[in-house]
Amino acid sequence: MEVDRLDGRNPNQLRPLACSRNVLHRAHGSARWSQGDTIVLAAVYGPKAGTRKGENPEKCEMILKRTLQSICLLSIHPNTTTSVIVQVVGDDGALLPCAINASCAALVDAGIPLKHLAVAISCALAENGSVILDPTLVEEQKMLAIAHLAFPNPPLSVIPKSSASDEVQPIEHGIITSVTHGAMSVRDYFNCLERGRAASAKVSEFLRRSFQLQVSEDSSKAI
Amino acid sequence: MEVEAYRRLFPLPYYERHLAESVRPTPASRPIPDTTVAVAPSPPPTGPPSSKVGDTTMLAAIKLEVMTPGAESPDQGSLGIEFHMPPICSPLVRPGRPAEVAPVISKQISDVVMSSGVIDLKELSLINGKAAWMAYLDIYCLNADGSLFDAALLSAIAAFSNLQIPLVSVNEDGRVIAVSGKLQEESKLELVNKEKRKLSLRSTPFSLTCMLHKNYIFADPTAEEESIMDTVVTVVIDSLGRLVSVYKAGGSVLVYNSALQECIILAKKRAEELQKILADALSPQMDLDSD
Repeated sequence: MEVDRLDGRNPNQLRPLACSRNVLHRAHGSARWSQGDTIVLAAVYGPKAGTRKGENPEKCEMILKRTLQSICLLSIHPNTTTSVIVQVVGDDGALLPCAINASCAALVDAGIPLKHLAVAISCALAENGSVILDPTLVEEQKMLAIAHLAFPNPPLSVIPKSSASDEVQPIEHGIITSVTHGAMSVRDYFNCLERGRAASAKVSEFLRRSFQLQVSEDSSKAI
Repeated sequence: MEVEAYRRLFPLPYYERHLAESVRPTPASRPIPDTTVAVAPSPPPTGPPSSKVGDTTMLAAIKLEVMTPGAESPDQGSLGIEFHMPPICSPLVRPGRPAEVAPVISKQISDVVMSSGVIDLKELSLINGKAAWMAYLDIYCLNADGSLFDAALLSAIAAFSNLQIPLVSVNEDGRVIAVSGKLQEESKLELVNKEKRKLSLRSTPFSLTCMLHKNYIFADPTAEEESIMDTVVTVVIDSLGRLVSVYKAGGSVLVYNSALQECIILAKKRAEELQKILADALSPQMDLDSD
């Protein structure tokens, strides 16, 4: 069960998370998200008038774009484009989840209307079948398979749930994005999902707390 | 209102009305469209098979070149995979402007092929540290009618199964040359790769794309369905029953465990079907080889 990790973490332990918002002055919203040595800077511009097309995204960009599209309420500002620019400062594994988290924080910072937040996490499957969370680059190369997963962060609202009958499952059990590398058994995949989901709750909590902290700081400055 | 007008004006309600009655409103209504794989017996080194899933048609070809292997992997050949969407495949692709999804599908295919270990790159080696095959797989989409990845992967696997590696030898100058039929008897040159004429595929991955809408799951969406509803889950399962990829990128519907299980079960069934179809397509090819 136990896998010795190079940095002495236990299998369920994430690297230290850090999130700071409003780091760029020209952007409408920006955020810096780091998980250990993986550091991503995201900037949001917009919504600007007009629709823009004709960009050719790579696979990662496409996944990021589609993930963010699914959490944004795009119908509020029709015929506008919101651009998210992601700069990778350091890549030490789990880059895609880190980019999703950073972009999500930047969207919040820019005040873009969102359905809910998204939190992403990477799970890696070792040869002996155990799952480790948030692998570093060195660990990613050694592992049998990796799953990058993005989960919704349930909205905390006082609005009563609309017709609770047809939606039995809580929203945080759904998956927004799943990308896997390497072959694994079906059971291992669901194991990864379970572990990722449990860990995503922690990341959600961190994300919310860091937002609340900075909001209270901002408001104290304004006074 | 005419049904056809209603379909054009309100595509989503049109689909939802059909789905409520458990009917799939595709023009030729079928649970899973006909799939055919055709493998052309062609002179090596190319083996261009085509695959057709419903109306989506793909053509794949492999080109082999001799190269010097890199220092970090002297006993391995290498593989380049490219997916092309020329303007003829769909009205959405404009000439001069490459399709948005083409590089994404390229990457997806090469990820699946590389990470599932279908191909042992060591089999593409000729002389350790000196010469190895560089295989270029080009997949052309001739008609894009949804589920492009499934058809592209099928044609890629068919191309690899059908690949015949030409006989090569080293001449006096130390260069690797191809030895064709006649030359083979005349030349006294030693053949380098007498045994390695075909790739032994360790497992074959097959994929199924499922579209999710509310509580409905439907397999193998057409281009029309893909344009109306946006959540797709692509499951790749190999012949050993391993899950090679579960790919879902965003989309308005969240996928829950139960739906995911359902998609995996559908993909398993589909993999069995495709395996038969592929074996049938390849079997006459086997006879040709033994001649």
